[in-house]
Order: sequence, then structure tokens, then C-alpha cells
Amino acid sequence: MLDGRGSIRRRSGARLWLSAVWLTLFVLAALLAPWISPHDPLAQDLMLGRLPPAWVAGAEPGYWLGTDSLGRDVLSRIIHGARIALVVALIAGTATCLLGSALGMVAGFYRGWADRLISRLVDIWMAFPPVLFAILLIAVLGTGLTSVILAIVIIDWTRFCRVVRAETLNQSKMDYVHSAKVAGFTRLRTLATEILPNVLPTIIALLTLEMGIAVIVEAILSFVNLSISTDQPTWGGMIAEGRTSIHQAWWVLVFPLVALFLTVLSFAQFGDGLRERFDPVLR
Amino acid sequence: MADNIFEVSDLRVDVADMTRKPLFGPAPRLEILKGISFTVPRGVVLGIVGGSGSGKTTLGRTMVRLAEPSGGRMLFDGHDIAHLSDAAMRPLRPRIQMIFQDPLSSLNPRLTVGRTVAAPLNARANDPRVGEALEHVGLPAEFAQRYPHELSGGQRQRVGIARAIAMRPEFILADEIVSGLDVSSQAQVLMLLEKLVAELGLTLAFISHDLSVIRRLCSRVIVLRSGEIVENAATADLFERPQHAYTRELLDAIPTPDPSIRW
Amino acid sequence: MSGFLEIRGLSARLAGTGQRLLRSVDISLPAGCVRGLVGESGAGKSMIGKAVLGVLPKAVEIIEGEILLDGQDLQKVSPAERRRLIGAKAALIPQDPLTALNPSRRIGPQITDRLVDILGWTKARATTRALEVLAEVSIPEPERIMRLYPHELSGGMRQRILIASAFAAEPKLIVADEPTTALDVTVQKQILKLISELQARHGTALLFVTHDLGVVSKVCDTLSVLYAGKVVEDTTVERFFAAPQHGYSSALLAATPRHTDPSSSLKPVPHEVLETVAAEIAASDAAWRPNGGARG
Repeated sequence: MLDGRGSIRRRSGARLWLSAVWLTLFVLAALLAPWISPHDPLAQDLMLGRLPPAWVAGAEPGYWLGTDSLGRDVLSRIIHGARIALVVALIAGTATCLLGSALGMVAGFYRGWADRLISRLVDIWMAFPPVLFAILLIAVLGTGLTSVILAIVIIDWTRFCRVVRAETLNQSKMDYVHSAKVAGFTRLRTLATEILPNVLPTIIALLTLEMGIAVIVEAILSFVNLSISTDQPTWGGMIAEGRTSIHQAWWVLVFPLVALFLTVLSFAQFGDGLRERFDPVLR
Repeated sequence: MADNIFEVSDLRVDVADMTRKPLFGPAPRLEILKGISFTVPRGVVLGIVGGSGSGKTTLGRTMVRLAEPSGGRMLFDGHDIAHLSDAAMRPLRPRIQMIFQDPLSSLNPRLTVGRTVAAPLNARANDPRVGEALEHVGLPAEFAQRYPHELSGGQRQRVGIARAIAMRPEFILADEIVSGLDVSSQAQVLMLLEKLVAELGLTLAFISHDLSVIRRLCSRVIVLRSGEIVENAATADLFERPQHAYTRELLDAIPTPDPSIRW
Repeated sequence: MSGFLEIRGLSARLAGTGQRLLRSVDISLPAGCVRGLVGESGAGKSMIGKAVLGVLPKAVEIIEGEILLDGQDLQKVSPAERRRLIGAKAALIPQDPLTALNPSRRIGPQITDRLVDILGWTKARATTRALEVLAEVSIPEPERIMRLYPHELSGGMRQRILIASAFAAEPKLIVADEPTTALDVTVQKQILKLISELQARHGTALLFVTHDLGVVSKVCDTLSVLYAGKVVEDTTVERFFAAPQHGYSSALLAATPRHTDPSSSLKPVPHEVLETVAAEIAASDAAWRPNGGARG
């Protein structure tokens, strides 16, 4: 028996733990924002404008990551920004996943007219440039958190639908699906007990990826000022504001960017790590 | 109860030939089975042999109604099942079981052996019938907790057999079930099948490309070539007095493990 | 007598683990002879073929032993030199004719490329040789076939082309890795006869990897029976089928069904036999000391 599986598990272990640590920090920051942020994220003080981070000359104690041009504490704004990011990641990610996966499984398993309808819809959908589509949708729906989430779901379900449909098609050709038919299972039961468990690892990997993407889409919408109202700190909004003063105060741009980057990366790594660790087939 | 468990007459199967499909309009039909007729008497072990492209796998899949024939009749215990809908077929399903060629792809990789065997019984993995079925195929009851990838090829094929017999079927179709196995596992699985046929009073259709295996196991043999039956005879007759040239060619091509028999 | 291919004390293991895959394998194959490598899956028979052709997977590490091809130790030369030596003197007939040919290239260049790249032949010479060798494997209209794509040919035809391709460079050694497992018996017979005929005509040494004792009895002169990477019996075909010496060999033979003899009872390899072999292997493992350390 070849057995290189032990070493794969060790490698995925480090990845899984590092991403889990960052995601835990992210969730804690979001949940405990009012209690742990050192300052009011909205409090402006022009006297304290553009303070550099704590380790750079000219820093003011207590403002660890510096302040922006209006004198708002960058760290506190990042911590509060995590709240929006978390809500968007969880709700938009899950809703997109449910809608797309359900349609994908129906198309891949039942084939026929359902497949033709859903697949054409996906083709048409994917012909729209997604960012433009999002901006258009927000313009119709109006700004606000709900609109952002709706926009993400409406745009991104196709990502799940295509992949899950292809995987379902693959699995449907396997003999264990035929064997379920010979055993007299109904089609719905076959879909639920035979196909779903085999498509689930793919869905989970996509879901974690999608959570990262949702955070990015929200940031993009904030960046073009179409997301949440300006008095709610968001990472995208911070990046947009930081861009204008990049030469005078790089930290206003860089820190939210780092938070965004680490969060998106961690979601993807966490998904892969989970799959490698808990999939009985890979294990 | 009919004497013949299967009565097949003028069975036809065709599929769309996508390689010759015109840009517009339907693809031409390609005949896989060209009107074949035979019966399977109760208690018999029927061998179905043929080369690749002979239609033997299609015939098997049609008999267990994984595929629908395009014409002809197929009586199972007196009921014509040729064109039954999925729902109408369901009550008959427990009586007609199948063992698949590739034991790895025919077992759901994410279910334990116990759940795989229990699912068609609508039972839990610890149901006594699961342990009994595993015992029948010579696997210890602890195997119920294992996943398919933790088993050897021979053990997986035994699980496939256990799943089929757990339903107490009257008829089992076995499609090339030993072709992927090493000779020693192959011998074990064949002996197991022989034992089960005798103990459980099964009727078995055994599809294979290997005439040596067929001779060992079957009492009647059907020889298929490009969708037609070229010979249908008792095993001893077929091997000793083959009537059709194709049968003789097949027999002649078997590499007998004996260097004194030259080709 | 020293063979064209000499394998001496070849041991291999899975890199990074202590797990041994080949255990002091000795194989001698004189020019013009056919040796069968027989065993069940995981016995290491394909691995020996891969070692000879220098295409072992990265995870497999040769611990010690020599592979002498025409007197030259493949383990002692540089990788580039090894590739050149093997390319000039040995060739492979692969198992699966469906995947061994590149589906998106025409047949012709797939045969001639090797001759041009490795042997440095001119394009024209390679093409002439390809036509010649295709005719030799009884392919009708070789000029037309060279312009076709693999999917336009049947499995048997594709296997013929792979055989032609293996013989094209006039190698002194051919490794055939289960070359007929994917084929129908009637086609298998034609292909095996073709391989035997070409091998005899060109005096090629043939290492024939198979799990089918029936095929061995038709094609081979000598055979090595492998179990868990160890040669348990090294004998001639006549002696083997008349009276196998090792318990595992006779059990393997008894488990092989014969269509000529319906009364013969089919016996799986008994437990005691497997235990005996396992004990033998454990004993030889315990006595074995790597002297050369990791090489190659």
C-alpha cells in the first residue's frame, strides 16, 4: 500500500490552523467591536489627523495603526469594518451557495428540460460583466446592506451552479448511483443520500471561497461608494478614502487592504484544509 | 410463479449515434441489440459472453431496467417490465438485483459498508440483516464500520454481493464482476457465488468475456456478437460441440495455462 | 551465461518510509529470450519493468542493486546518459492502447518523433522506417494510417501501432506491460502472436509483465513469480506448468480457471500458503542489510 497521506495531512494541518486562527480573530473582532476597539471609529479629531502607526516616528500613543485624514483611529475602523464583512460573508455566501447548489444539483441529476433551462440561464447570466451588473443592481435596489447581499446572491449563484452541476453529472454516472436505482430508491432519495454527500466537499470548498469573494465584492461596492452609508466603517470604504492620501498616509490604505487580503486568503485555505482533513475518501 | 424467471423476446435497444449527428435534426440511431430472444429458467446460472461491442453490458443493464429498450418484450415472472416507469418498477426492484463490474465505483465512497448494505433495506447499519448478509459473503461483522477505500478489491466485491443478496432477490445480474480481480480473489468470489446460488436458490445471469470463468460457473451460455445471439446452449455442449464459427473462434483464442497446448 | 538484461539484488522502497517494494530481485534475460514477470496486483512486477526503463515514479527509491543493460550499469551513469542508453536499446509496449497515444496528434509523427529525437535520424529515414515497421505489423495502407488520428482506429489497430512503434528503433530489449489486458480474447491472440513473431524474427529480448498464467504459457520461455516484491520462483515455463516448486506458485496455478477442464475445482490461494510466504519474506528482510545505502 502506498501511503504518502500522512505527510499531506501534516501540511494541511498548518494551513488549516493558521487560517482558523485568523478567521477566529476576525469573528471575535466583529462580535466584540464596541468593547475592544480602542476608540470610537467615527470620532473625528482634526488635531490628530494622519498620525502614523505606533512604530513610526511622530506616532501618538494609543493609536496603534495611526489615524486617517479626519483623525479617525484606523485600528478601530478596521475592527468595526469586520462586522459588515462578517455579515456579508456569512449571509451572502450561504444564500449564494444554497441557491446555486440546489439549481446545479437539479440540473445535473434530472437533466432534461430543467437542465436546459438552468444551463441557458447560467450562460446568459455569465455574459454580464459582474461588477457592472452589481453597480446596476445597487442602482435599482438602492444602497444598504440588504441590497449588497442581494446583489451578491443574484450575481454569484452561477459560480456554484456550474461547478455543482458538472460534479453532479460526474457522480450520476457512477455505478453506485445505478445501484441505488436497482435498490429501488426514489430519485429524490438518491439525490439526497447518494449524490449530495459526494458533492458536499466541493460545495464546502466553494462556499468558503465564496465567503471571501463576498467580502471582496462588498469592498468593491464600498470603494465605488455604493455599499453601506458612509457613517458605517467598511474595509472597501477605508481603502477608497486611503487611496486619496496614499503619499501622505500610506497606512490608511495598507492596513484595511491587509485585513481584506488575509481574510479572503484564510477563507479559501480554511475550506481546502477542512476538506483534506474531514473527507473520508481523502483521509 | 412462472417457470421462466425471464422471457425476453425480440428485445431491441438503440441509442443516438452522436458521432454522426448532423448539425441540425436528430442523430441517427445506432442499434446495440438487434432483436434478441431467450429465456432464463428459474434456478439456472446463465452465462452471457461476447467481445467488446457485443452488447452484453447493454443487455444486462436493460434486464435490470437501468436502460429502457426501444422495442420487444421482457417478461419478469410474467410481468412485462420492458417499458415500466420508474415508479411502477419500484415494487419489483427488490426482486431483481445487480452486482457491478467495478466494486470501487459501485460503492458510495462516503458511506460505510454497513450503511451501503442497509440502505436498500431501509434499515440502520446495525440491523441484524446487515451482519447476516456480510457473514454470508464471508466478511466479519466489524467490516460494517469501514469505508470502501479501506478494503481490498476482493473485499469490495464481496460487499457488492452482500448488498445484492441482503434484499433476498430472486434474480441477480452480475456484470463482469471478477474481471478486475486477481486470480486468487477471483477464485474466492466465484466459489462464493456458487455457494450462494445453491444456498439461496438464486437465479443468476453472469456476464463475462472470460469463457474459462463461464465454464466453471454457468449451466447455460448465450454467445453474443454485435447485438445478436449467435449461440444459446447448455455449457457442456457449447464447449464440446460449438455450433457457430464465432464460438469456435472464441474458444480457440483462450490462452489455456498449459504450454503443451499450442495456438 | 550473462544476459542482455541483468538485474542483480535490486531493492527499492517507498521514499521517506521504510516500506520495501522490491526485495533483492535477481533477473537474467539473454538476448532473444522471453521472460514473464507474474504476480498479483501490488507484487511489484510492473515496477521492475519501470525500473529497467528508468521511469520509476519519484516516490520510489532504489536502495541497492544493479540493472545491467548490455553490460552497462544504469545506476552508475548520469541521468542524461541513462536516458540515451535506454532510448537506444530498450522500448515499451504499454498496457492501454487508448491512453498511450496522444489523441490530438496524427499517428505518423508519434512514431517518427522518437527516432528523430533520441536516435538523431533524419525525418526521411524515420518516415521510411515507420512505414516499414507498420507494414511488418500487418497494418494495411501504412501511408494513410500515418495521417490518421488515434480515435479513427480500433483498439486492436492501436495496439498494433504501439507494437510497431516499440520495434521501430530496433531495440534489443522490449518491456511489454500487460499489453493485451484491455483487449478481447480473439484480438489478444492475434496481438500476442504478432509480438512473439516480431520478437523471434529480430532476436529481441522481451520482458513480459502479466497477471495471466495462460498468456505466459503461450508467450514466454522463462518466468519469475513475484510476491510482495520478491521473486519466489525463477524457472522455465515447461518446468513451472509441469511442477511448480514454490507453494505460492502452485496455489496461483490452482486458482487459474481452465475452460478445458470443468471438473477441476477452483482453489483460492490458501491462507497457510500466504502465511508461509509472508514468513519467508519476514525472515529474509530480517537477514537483509543494506550495504550500498541509498543510491540512484
